Amino acid sequence: MADTQVEKLLEVKGLKKYFPITQGIIFQRVKAHVKAVDGLDFFIRKGETLGLVGESGCGKSTTGRTILQLYRPTAGDVYFKGQDLATMKGEELRKMRRHMQMIFQDPYASLNPRMTVGDIIGEPLEVHNIAKGKEKKERVQELLQIVGLNPYFVNRYPHEFSGGQRQRIGVARSLAVNPDFIVCDEPISALDVSIQAQIINLLEELQQKFNLTYLFIAHDLSVVRHISDRVAVMYLGKIVELTDRNSLYDNPLHPYTKALMSAVPIPDPIIEEKRERIILVGDVPSPVNPPSGCRFHTRCPLAIDICKKEDPVFRDVGNQHYVACHVV
Amino acid sequence: MATLLEVKGLKTEFHTQDGIVHAVNGVSFTVDEGETLGLVGESGCGKSVSMLSVMRLIPMPPGKIASGEVLFQGRDLLKVDDEEIRSVRGNKIAMVFQDPMTSLNPVLTIGTQIGEALELHLGMTKEQARKRSVDLLKMVGIPEAENRLDDYPHQFSGGMRQRVMIAMALSCSPQLLIADEPTTALDVTIQAQITDIVKRLKRELGMAIIWITHDLGVIAGLADRINVMYAGFIIESASNKELFANPLHPYTLGLLGSIPRLDEAHKAKLTPIEGLPPDLIEMPKGCPFYDRCHYRTEKCGTANPALELGNVRHWVACWNWQSVQKQHAAAKSS
Repeated sequence: MADTQVEKLLEVKGLKKYFPITQGIIFQRVKAHVKAVDGLDFFIRKGETLGLVGESGCGKSTTGRTILQLYRPTAGDVYFKGQDLATMKGEELRKMRRHMQMIFQDPYASLNPRMTVGDIIGEPLEVHNIAKGKEKKERVQELLQIVGLNPYFVNRYPHEFSGGQRQRIGVARSLAVNPDFIVCDEPISALDVSIQAQIINLLEELQQKFNLTYLFIAHDLSVVRHISDRVAVMYLGKIVELTDRNSLYDNPLHPYTKALMSAVPIPDPIIEEKRERIILVGDVPSPVNPPSGCRFHTRCPLAIDICKKEDPVFRDVGNQHYVACHVV
Repeated sequence: MATLLEVKGLKTEFHTQDGIVHAVNGVSFTVDEGETLGLVGESGCGKSVSMLSVMRLIPMPPGKIASGEVLFQGRDLLKVDDEEIRSVRGNKIAMVFQDPMTSLNPVLTIGTQIGEALELHLGMTKEQARKRSVDLLKMVGIPEAENRLDDYPHQFSGGMRQRVMIAMALSCSPQLLIADEPTTALDVTIQAQITDIVKRLKRELGMAIIWITHDLGVIAGLADRINVMYAGFIIESASNKELFANPLHPYTLGLLGSIPRLDEAHKAKLTPIEGLPPDLIEMPKGCPFYDRCHYRTEKCGTANPALELGNVRHWVACWNWQSVQKQHAAAKSS
């Protein structure tokens, strides 16, 4: 792949999102901040899938939402097609939204139960003045077919569908405006195993067909391996490792990545019997008061003195394999 | 190994406004002492409802255990009176549930909740129960156990709460532990911690375990034998290694083929199982997997196959399992 030639569709620099914790009812005082996203740098090339993995509370969903400006960043820049979304507002930002969309995790909560499927998928077309009336109707039916649903379903309500079908409706909705970029926020976690594969295949087909760029957020490393071109691993608001898919899975460098991979169960009893698991001690610390220095030092089997004092620099250790670790 | 639990022909249904939901449709299996049985399947296959039926935790109405026997230590648990089943639950057979936050009482301290079973079943005093509770928390790896006894569930993380649930379940040294998707709601590194603890405790205490999950990876590392369920039926049963080495039922084959594996380099496409599981109210006449099966023949649509012996200690409920096996082997080698 001629990687340096392909344009960067999205570039994120120093992205931070802090949520204030307030005290008091009438006069609210900010007591502390939840540092959900604490300084991220990465880019995604056009047509590429960047997988963003990490466990609960690492900040991956917040990252996805902050990029799309569903939350406004506390700091940092989000360059989308060369323009900084973080500084945009009002009508200018609204117009940009048709180029970037989201597929949500919960197929039960992300569809308005009082709207028909036709209305749900058609709404973005109305909002962005793309199509009306008969044209809109035809486009909605086309989208239903694209995601593998019967176009006859336009007048049905979400509760009449299964989880997997609802997720397809969510996908159809995100495609309605012909976006360039889609944030897939754990789109299959809530689905049964045999249905997950249907949705993964669908997303891959659509990417090919419409030249889509994905930010694929997930906690399931096996799925991410399958669908991503490059993968970023997050821990407590920071990216600890980022590289192309094969390098990450064949040669993980960061101790957290290694522990994460060793924890993923493999459906093969003979392999499972022989595996040496790296069992991490303790729980993930609170993002309100993250550990000093390297955030992972409290659970890291390789932590040395400097790890407690200095936050390691996120650097390229060769072949565009980025790691933030003192020991590597 | 002696048989600890024997379930025969269990049928559980739910009477709803829309009709009768046939959740469990004639399930039979045994668990030997010290054995770990995996119960695998997706949502709605009846795995949780079967085990809740064994423990008589199904709300009746709308639930109803329509027929079957659950033989444990010479008694049929479905026929004993309330007092007797209460003496078994939490004592001889214990259960750990999926979501520890909703399974633990939020207004009682952990100490009170663990102590409850000890006082009730083992007749301990409050002091004795407290001391034993500290030992149990240490056993599941909770740091500063003495201090944490007086904490409430919300003061623990998800992984810690699940450890507390395990401590509670093991408090009276049960002979059988039923774990209903205990790690599904947990992060993968915490899941590894919990499965590690359970493996260790199983070795130390010699108890039998029924582990319910939809995650084939998790069960591969834990079970001695596995029962695969679909639409309220057990459709395949074999030892752990045998099931993964030679899956016979088209559903099991489909399931194994549709999951991406961490150790596999990128595959061009996953092979999902098309379609959806059947409606449990309007149960199909023949095999419940008929609509989604690539190997179906006419007979499959009219008659539901029972479990039959396919291989050594390997049972499968499929009319065509032999031709499926041949076709699958041919496809694999090509």
